[in-house]
Amino acid sequence: MTQHVSPPRDGTGTVPSTGELPAWRTVVARADVRTLSLLGVLAALIVIGGVTRPDEFLDTRNLQLVLTQASVIGVVTVGMTFVITSGGIDLSVGAIVALSSVWATTVATQEYGFAGILLTAVLVGLGCGLVNGLLVAYGGMVPFIATLAMLASARGLALQITDGRTQIVSVDNILKLGERDSYVLGVPPLVLVFAVVTVIGWLVLNRTTFGRRTVAVGGNAEAARLAGIDVRRQRLYLYLLSGLCCGIAAFLLIILSGSGQNTNGNLYELDAIAAAIIGGTLLSGGRGTITGSVLGVLIFTTITDIFALNNLQSDVQQIAKGAIIVAAVLVQRRTASTT
Amino acid sequence: MAPEPPLLTMSGITKSFPGVRALDGVDLDVQAGEVHCLLGQNGAGKSTLIKVLAGAHQPDDGTIGWRGEPVTLRSPIAAMRLGIATIYQELDLVEGLSVAENVHLGHEPTAAGFVVRGKAAKASAAALLKRLGHPEIDPARLVGDLSAAQRQIVSMARALSHDVRLIVMDEPSAALDPDEVDNLFRIVGDLTADGVAVVYISHRLEEIRRIGDRVTVLKDGRAVAGGLPARSTPTREVVALMTGRNVEYLFPDRPRARPPGDPVLTVQGLSRQGEFAPLDLELRPGEIVGLAGLVGSGRSEILETIYGARRPTTGRVSVNGRPLRTGSVRAAVRAGLGLAPEERKAQALLMLESVTRNVSVSSMSRFAHGGWIDRRAERGAARAATRELSLRPDNPAVPVGTLSGGNQQKAVLARWLLRGCRVLLLDEPTRGVDVGARAELYAVIRRLADEGLAVLLVSSEVPEVLGLADRVLVLREGRVVHTAPARDLDEHRVLDLVLEGSPVAGEESPAS
Repeated sequence: MTQHVSPPRDGTGTVPSTGELPAWRTVVARADVRTLSLLGVLAALIVIGGVTRPDEFLDTRNLQLVLTQASVIGVVTVGMTFVITSGGIDLSVGAIVALSSVWATTVATQEYGFAGILLTAVLVGLGCGLVNGLLVAYGGMVPFIATLAMLASARGLALQITDGRTQIVSVDNILKLGERDSYVLGVPPLVLVFAVVTVIGWLVLNRTTFGRRTVAVGGNAEAARLAGIDVRRQRLYLYLLSGLCCGIAAFLLIILSGSGQNTNGNLYELDAIAAAIIGGTLLSGGRGTITGSVLGVLIFTTITDIFALNNLQSDVQQIAKGAIIVAAVLVQRRTASTT
Repeated sequence: MAPEPPLLTMSGITKSFPGVRALDGVDLDVQAGEVHCLLGQNGAGKSTLIKVLAGAHQPDDGTIGWRGEPVTLRSPIAAMRLGIATIYQELDLVEGLSVAENVHLGHEPTAAGFVVRGKAAKASAAALLKRLGHPEIDPARLVGDLSAAQRQIVSMARALSHDVRLIVMDEPSAALDPDEVDNLFRIVGDLTADGVAVVYISHRLEEIRRIGDRVTVLKDGRAVAGGLPARSTPTREVVALMTGRNVEYLFPDRPRARPPGDPVLTVQGLSRQGEFAPLDLELRPGEIVGLAGLVGSGRSEILETIYGARRPTTGRVSVNGRPLRTGSVRAAVRAGLGLAPEERKAQALLMLESVTRNVSVSSMSRFAHGGWIDRRAERGAARAATRELSLRPDNPAVPVGTLSGGNQQKAVLARWLLRGCRVLLLDEPTRGVDVGARAELYAVIRRLADEGLAVLLVSSEVPEVLGLADRVLVLREGRVVHTAPARDLDEHRVLDLVLEGSPVAGEESPAS
């Protein structure tokens, strides 16, 4: 098995426990069919990888690499899951990652060292999220359009800052985090960050008023408003959250690549949306699962890895991803109609 | 009666869905030219039966005869070809297309097989609309621009554009005002005079008395009575058949004296341009005040404006003497107002969520410490609130979407009970709630008032306002035309006021 921190199961999508069953039965009852089937797919992929490339796939370094790559898009997907659960969409995540990563790696920023880079990445992400949130929540713009505009502008700004050049990072303690010496019990620091973000995301979505409000806004915004929830403020917070996740992901990407590029985060929006959807988050809002999203990310990253190890071109990968999205949604519709 | 075979005979129709036997050997026969009414509580099987008739559901067992010949209705198109048309409650029109295009949707008059002959379509649509008594609807207009009543007419025109022998109407009067209902009945009369049969579904017994020929009563998936004479069967017998028990009188007793005390809710000069004229209103704890008026008289708008969901043009709302920030739902909720809106599913409930979460949604912060929800406390409180209202099933973990209409309404009431609200605004609280559950809901509302809540009630059913409220404000075109204790009014008087707006009794008795 992979060595990532296995996230707690979440109960969304199943009938909440009545509190009268023994603890283990509640856990089983709540690990809904969807989560189990995603785990099954992941297990099958690991078997396929292990069978087709026994030496390379199950190699510790390869597994570390897979998880590291999953971490960057995974953090973005956690934020995206919140936005989609609220009935919104954030098309600008990839562009925000690009902008954050280049702004945080300019010569001027690098002078402030580790803290300067981290702070800049996070603040740029939050700033973009703030603009998205204000446009959607208070400007009355459709999320698709508002974040599409942000996608274009942020990418443009990223290109302007770099002039198309790769900005090499020369801050040592950033670069060190990407090296093997920094691994904690064999786990790369990036993966630890992803795990922490996942656990916090799960807890916030399932155990806090913020999560409840997110689900309520996505399930029925008018009902939420009439129940006394400040729907607009909640929407603003959600795009801020997505921006924050992009900033964190940009920082991880800087560690991973040792540079900032305006082409970073290309098509992250599609990968994040796809992972959330196959995980079981409803695109129409009102139901979201962090566990599902993370499993979705791991499935996609594992597929990419297996295909690369088997020397299959990226066009084949894309076709496979498309097929998986379709299959997952079809399966979900079937299970939804029988319950 | 002529010995010719009935137009339609359904016998022994059985249909099961996972976990439910929706129809259990139902018989129904319909003669050409009659209005056959289908009565039954929600969940009795009416919808399933008409879907079988429309070809949308396939029965598990049973036979269908059409003009004496056995038939199978494999699809809605097969039913349509025989001449069976269904007008569903949720109208199935395309808003972005014109009236004529909607009327001919799926069978457009064409030239060379695919070029739509627009003029011919418009002309035939116009002819159908004229036949339905609505020549003023322009076939070129977009359906999205029409009123609910006009859409119903278009839907009917679509049904008639086929060579129709039997029309099924599912609660066609639900969205209509009395004069529009009269027109609907005239159309039904014309149709039956032409030999078309009508299967008419309605909750309103008085309508069935007016236009029905025979009545079939469904209960729990069985036809408990078939072909009763619609006009002469006593109401008590019909209600008894529907509920399986005798519902003598639905409304709880009023307390003898109006409770004293300062008003909890004060509305001064509240108005919204184009919706309702300046309104003054005082509500005391323990009092139920009813707003009676037609659809479009501004009833719902008044409630929503008091609640802050709409911004008033003038005036203000105070709770316990303290004015509320206008146009803010949150301010209203914080001050102790609660709204049970007209459209429960669209405006009140999170259908995917459990009863617990639907009940606690307005009081979440009470169970939260630093944003962290104490789910045990939340469950306990939600359970206590739903138990107090005897919400069934007694398991707040089930999704709210699985509850019956009456219990969904109780979940909304439990939300505000848990919140500890002082003023309850009820907009059509019994819409979609079946007869048996209504009495229970009325009792709950009265009990909440007796416990000190002030209730403002809006209903399009005049008997409901008169039976439940202590005091009634009669609205006409956004203006209060009369205020009186409910016991001084009767249905005729209210309807007169609503229609005529006669300001006869200017003196508003301040009631003891």
